[in-house]
Amino acid sequence: MRPEPRLIEVRRNVLKQNDVVARSLRDRFRAAGVFVVSLVSSPGSGKTAFLEKTLTLLRPSYRVAALVGDLATENDALRLARSQAPVKQITTGTLCHLEAAMVESALQEWDLNQLDFLFIENVGNLVCPSSYDLGEDLRLVLISVTEGEDKPLKYPTIFHSADVAVVTKVDLAAAVEFSWETAYNNIQAVRPGMPVLRLSAKTGDGMEEFLSFLVARLIELREAAAV
Amino acid sequence: MHELSIAMSIVELAEEEAERLAVQIDAVHLKLGVLSGVVKEALLSCYEMACENTPLQGSRLVIEEIPVVIYCSRCRAQRPLSSVQLFCCPECGTPCSQIVQGKELEVVALEIQECVPNPV
Repeated sequence: MRPEPRLIEVRRNVLKQNDVVARSLRDRFRAAGVFVVSLVSSPGSGKTAFLEKTLTLLRPSYRVAALVGDLATENDALRLARSQAPVKQITTGTLCHLEAAMVESALQEWDLNQLDFLFIENVGNLVCPSSYDLGEDLRLVLISVTEGEDKPLKYPTIFHSADVAVVTKVDLAAAVEFSWETAYNNIQAVRPGMPVLRLSAKTGDGMEEFLSFLVARLIELREAAAV
Repeated sequence: MHELSIAMSIVELAEEEAERLAVQIDAVHLKLGVLSGVVKEALLSCYEMACENTPLQGSRLVIEEIPVVIYCSRCRAQRPLSSVQLFCCPECGTPCSQIVQGKELEVVALEIQECVPNPV
């Protein structure tokens, strides 16, 4: 007898485990009627400020909560808690992204039926989060005007994993000579047809438009569930 | 850098298959889409690390990179994308965002040693 190499076909998705958990989360979110929004961006693009503003503005009329992923600190959770919405930190340690199982375990003590909106802030990273479905209904990718207009060209993959792009810190646009047109065209080049919003969490500019967009999506989701 | 956790998932998955089929694995063949969010070089070095002290130690990871193919609604055809910075049809220039191929992260085959009779 002599050894001879042979190929065995297997066909297995490497991220299947994550996808299975994400699907079961999505089913739970659907059953509870909660609209789930996740946020991805590079570090420092203003995810936390944007989320704090969003929670503060939504809270008087809607039941909101947030999960926030961070490598080491609880600073973001403390900042978000100022909105008085329930907030839970997911400390990922050295892991550069959130996975569906982390979201699942963070949600254990929460009754999803008591929520209208759940926000999930991913770890600041424009690469790794793109591979992991978290079961969300809507994924926002944020780019701040201070990062420059070419982020979409450098990280096309994350733009393909997200549904809507949000340009943040527009109050600083003039100071950093940010060209809205160039940024918009770059987003459209890597992801034709992607909706793009622009806002400033600091001045509140553009927030109303964003919130109406979210509320419309929540209504849509509940109407679809009622049929 | 999430390649290490991806590599560990690959090793885990291959170990499962090896056990199920009762074979020794020489190489794992992987399809890796350009838009998978995983970097080939990083994955290769992480794979070696992930194999340490497992039955797959010493095995190879063979990566086939899968280019992006989009669907052009104007040509009504699938077209290979020439640049991930520009999602439009290379033939007619229509912007296209429907991805047909290029997000793969899939173990497609395992290479094993099989004992065959010596030629007479």
